Formats: sequence, C-alpha cells, structure tokens
Amino acid sequence: MRTDYPSRFDAAAADLDAALFFDTAASRLSAGGRALAYFAVPEDGAHRLLLAIGFDREGAVEVYSTRVAGPSFRALTPSFPELHLFEREIWEQSGLRPEGHPWLKPIRFNTPGAVPGVADYFTVHGSQVHEVAVGPVHAGVIEPGHFRFQCHGEKVFHLEIMLGYQHRGAERALAAGPDARSLRYAETLAGDTSIGHAWAYCAAVEALCGVNVPPRAQVLRGLMLELERLANHTGDLGALAGDVAYLPTASFCGRLRGDFLNMTALVCGNRFGRNMLKPGGVEFDLDYALIKELKLRLEAAFRDVAGAAGLLWETSSVTDRFEGTGVVTRQAAEGLGLVGPAARASGVGLDTRRNYPYGPYEGFTMSVSGSGDVYSRAYVRWLEIQKSAELAAGWLDALPEGPLAAECGPLAPGCGAVSLVEGWRGQICHFALTGPDGRFRSYKVVDPSFHNWQGLAMALRGGEISDFPLCNKSFNLSYCGRDL
Amino acid sequence: MIKAFFARLRQGYRTMPYPAAPVKLPPRYLGRPLLKGRASLAVAAAACPYGAIAAGDAPSLDLGRCVFCGACAKAAPGAVEFTRDHRLCASARRALSLTGGEMERAEPLTRELRRLFGRSLRLRQVSAGGCNACEADCNVLGTLAWDMGRFGIQFVASPRHADGVLVTGPVTRNMELALRKTYDAVPGPKIVIACGACAIAGGPYAGHEECVGIPKDIPVDLYVPGCPPHPLTILDGLLRLLGRID
Repeated sequence: MRTDYPSRFDAAAADLDAALFFDTAASRLSAGGRALAYFAVPEDGAHRLLLAIGFDREGAVEVYSTRVAGPSFRALTPSFPELHLFEREIWEQSGLRPEGHPWLKPIRFNTPGAVPGVADYFTVHGSQVHEVAVGPVHAGVIEPGHFRFQCHGEKVFHLEIMLGYQHRGAERALAAGPDARSLRYAETLAGDTSIGHAWAYCAAVEALCGVNVPPRAQVLRGLMLELERLANHTGDLGALAGDVAYLPTASFCGRLRGDFLNMTALVCGNRFGRNMLKPGGVEFDLDYALIKELKLRLEAAFRDVAGAAGLLWETSSVTDRFEGTGVVTRQAAEGLGLVGPAARASGVGLDTRRNYPYGPYEGFTMSVSGSGDVYSRAYVRWLEIQKSAELAAGWLDALPEGPLAAECGPLAPGCGAVSLVEGWRGQICHFALTGPDGRFRSYKVVDPSFHNWQGLAMALRGGEISDFPLCNKSFNLSYCGRDL
Repeated sequence: MIKAFFARLRQGYRTMPYPAAPVKLPPRYLGRPLLKGRASLAVAAAACPYGAIAAGDAPSLDLGRCVFCGACAKAAPGAVEFTRDHRLCASARRALSLTGGEMERAEPLTRELRRLFGRSLRLRQVSAGGCNACEADCNVLGTLAWDMGRFGIQFVASPRHADGVLVTGPVTRNMELALRKTYDAVPGPKIVIACGACAIAGGPYAGHEECVGIPKDIPVDLYVPGCPPHPLTILDGLLRLLGRID
C-alpha cells in the first residue's frame, strides 16, 4: 500500500502474508526504495514486523507489515546492508532472530545481563597489528561511546563503533503517550535537533488527528528549523577548523553559532527551540518589531559566517587536511542508506525538503557535492548555510497571515502515520501506530544518526587513526538520537 | 594570512563584559519561577508533568525537577510566574525547593578549597544520558563570546588533570560505571557539579528504569537547574562557587 505524506493510513491494510512480505520488501528495496524504518511490535503473544520504504525519486512512502509467529525471520541484511542496524535492533528489542544476519550483536545493551560495550568485536590478527580502544568517556565535552580501531601503525583497517551508553528509554516512553510529557521527549531525542524532532512528532500526531497546520505556523516552523540548521552547520565548520588547528574560523564560528541560537531564543525564549512547537501549530508569534530585529541579526550573522567560512577554502593548510580525508564513495553511501549532508557530500541526491516536500518547502533546490571527503562534507554545509539564510530571510519578508495553530482532536484508532523532516543532520523519520483506544500502540523514532554511524566507520577505512577526530566532526552524529 | 587578519578586524572583539555588565536575556526567556498565590496553585500543580509543584499547606516548586516548559504558568497564571532571573544555582538540593521567599543562592566553597581552585578550576565533564543540549551550553562557555578561561575555569580531557566533574544527563544504567570510574580517577579534594534537570532529578526522564541518577555516595557541591541551563546560569553558579560574585 502507499501513503502520501503526511496522510495517515489504515494499519490493517498494510498486512501481508509472511513470505510475500519478505519478497515484496526485497523487490521494492531493489526498485529504488530506501528503508525509512523497520521494527517489531508485540501482538497477542507474537510480533508484527513493520517496514516503511521511501522512494526518493517519486517522493512516496510505502508501508508493509506481517505477523511473525516463530522465534525468527528472514534477514534481508545480506542483500540490503542499509537494514543491518534495524535488524539488530529488532533482535535486541523483541528477541526475534534475523536468520542469516552476518553481524548480529546488541546495539543498546538494554537487555537483562547485557554489559555496555561488551560484545564480540571484529578483530584483525597479524604481526604488528594492534587494537586501539577509546571511550565511553572521551577527551572533550561530548557524549559517550566506545570505538575500537584495528590498526597497523597509523593505518586503520577497521573501526567498530559500539554505542548504547545514552539509552534512557525515550522511545519506550513516547510509545506510552500521547500525554503531557510526550512533546518534551520529542524535543530531547537529540537536544541539538529539538525543532526537527518536535516537528516530526507534531506531524505524526497531526496526520493521526487529520489536522492541517495553518500556513503561518508552517512558515514559523520552517524558520525555526532553518535557524537550527544555521546554528549547527556554523558550529560544525568552526569545529572542523579547530580540528585542523585553524583557529580564526574556529573562534569566529563558535561565537556565530551562539548568535543563531540567540535568534531562536528571541522567538521562543529557549536557545534550542524548546516550547516552540505543539501539535497543530506553534506557540509563539512574531510581531513587526521582532521580524525587524531578526532580519538585522540574520543579515549580520550571515555576513560574518561568510567571512569565517570563506577563509577555510582559501587556506592551504586547511584544504590539505580536508581533501581526500575520510572518503565515503557514493556506492557506499547509497548501500548503507546514508542521509543528510553526509549523503549529499557523497553525491546522493536526497534532501527531504526536495524529495518529500512538506510544510513551507516548495520548489526547494538542494546542495550536493561529489567528492565524499571531509572537504565535501564541510562544503555542503556551507552551501546549505547560504540556502537556509536565504529561505529564512524570504520567510521573514513574507510571513503569511492567519492563526498560529489548529485544534488537534483525538487520534484516529487503528491507524499509522509516517512523518519525515529534514533535520540538520539529515532525514528524521517518526512512525506512529495507534491502537483501538486511540492511544499510541507503538512509536518508532529513526534519527539520521541511526543510518549514518556506519558511514563514519567506512570513512576511516584505510585512513589514519589521527584523522579520526576530523572525520568524526565532519559527520558530527548524535549518540543520544541513536541510543534513544 | 593577510585575509585572516582582515577577517579578524571585521569580526571585532566579541568577548562579553560579564560580570562587569549584565547580559541581555531575550524577553521570552523563562528564568526563576515565582510562586505568586496559593489560590490556583493546585491547578498549576496538576498541570506540571514532572510533579515539581506541591500545593497544599506547604506549597513549593522544585527547581530541580522543573524543565521550564511553562505549563504551570499557562494553566494558572495567578499561581506561578516565570521571572527573567537566570541565577538558579544552589549548593544544597533542598535550596532548590522554592517556597515564595528569597532563594538561597549557591554558597562559595570553603576557604581551603578556594585557595586551591579559586584561580584555576579544571573540570572533567561526564555526559551520562541526556540530550546533549547541556553539553552544548557547556561548550559555549569555552567560545570567545563567554571565554570562561578568563576566570581560570576550563574543561580538560583527563580526569587526572581535573579538580572535579561536571555531570550532565540522568545517568543511565549504561553510564553508571563509567561515571564512577571517572569520579574515582579525579584526585582529591574534588568537587561535583550536577548540571541540568536530568542530572539533578532525571529531568524529562524522571522515573525511567533505564536511569539511576548520580550515585548517593558521590556528593554534589553545585546544582545547576534548567533544561538546558542557559550558559549564563552555569557560569553564574561556577563563579559563585569560587566566590567571584555575590
């Protein structure tokens, strides 16, 4: 069956016979489909598998489901590596074993007896081959994770990333909603993507209520999302400069990131955009004085970012470190289902704002760069900064009139909704299912980082271990968004 | 090189004059909440999804549980009002329970500790669950706009180089051991800072079986409320701890 975003669909209509489910999944994934979400939901003592496939070219989403009676199911990972983490997650959460999965091990270590970081690691043996283990506590103010490098001297043969330290039960708690705490859960799935995840949550609820968001609210959401992107992309360019010891851009961008966060706080009081969105619309409005102030600040901040970023491309000590470092080929990016700037930097033409237009994004043109290295991931961010600043300025000039929110009634029972939002890290997917009582039966969150962590591991292959901080920063993935 | 020089000229000097001059906070910023009246406090208490408000004979609002969503003030504007006061830090957990009177602000460290840390405080940050927003606002303090280094405060990579730990997040089961090991690795005397609603009382994740909180035997010297705390709130707490402002 097929659902056009953001409409809801009848959950029962997605049901297929088990054999047909796996054959259909395989044929649709080979016919240009990309896995958006794949998970299991308990159902009368057994489990139901649900798979959402996105067709980027057509901008369509298809959903299939099947009931699994036995203790295992057919793994699709051998043919479709993009599913590897989804199937490991299904196994860890439900106990259903994906038969034929080549790399079956825990991802969040949240089952009884599991010890975080303790699993069978891929190892390389031989004379002078050695292993380097880092984390969970890293040398910096960043989130925890465990990284193991298989090295020969400086050369990295393989990097394995074990996370799960940030697992705090956010997705499980969301599935018990909707209630008064749901929105804050969405805002803190990944704190630097508060607007992105809150929008995805609101869009899922709105689809289930059958509510259309007024145009003014749509544009205000867009404005906040682009400010979030501007802040984070600017911060990333600064951090990348810092990792190659180019301090001018590092210092300038650290301050400029704060300027964008302060613009967000000017609208809703919180630097991360908390309390701005709500199902049906937004909480805060802009008056003439505020619009004027935002325009002035946006113009000034953008001018300074242009100056700070411009230095990067002209400084040979920077380009020497950026170019050719941490290359992810287009083939690898597509095979692993990478999303966001990381995918676009490898030449993959996927941006939710273009491929699955929603809200205020009409006729959006995306930014792609082809070389797949750190330079490319930095440059795509700069292209997107320009685009976001242009969009935000345009919206401030022509804010539609009208109400700030529509009233959301009860959720339709027995339905499902898939919402897609292009957060600054890439495509965010929320998949909500309601039970017969009109409450959530399950709520699945797929942060862009869930897809992209494997991309970072691939970027290190054949590289040098001293390039890890730079590669890591060029992806800047979320630990908490993946661990939930 | 010359271009970097001109860029530096254009960007200008950006370190804020704080604490000599106040920082301008946005008009919609939600700071320290104020208990105004008892009349509709029960409505505000019912509206709080985190059980931070107690109505009844001994009304109070627990800043440690508050995530500053503003639901209480929206439901009962006569009972709770959010001021724009960013000074939220406290030295004792009980001081976070606001009852309507003056808030007991964070106390300076003992004379002995201030002699050691007063002009050079090195902190090891441990992220233990949470959403990475507290971490982001700690990082901000290192940028040239805030330049925490001018007060002698710095985040360091190794716990062996640190004078204390700053904990963010609700401390997940999966991070409990790592937090303890990091704390143990810091040489004494050492301080502990609980930064953000999560680290103080679980924040949005209060009551989750996946989270254990900061272990009881690790004493906390400074509580920094907020979800996430504004950088100004964190800096205010640190400077009070060192006796640099009052």
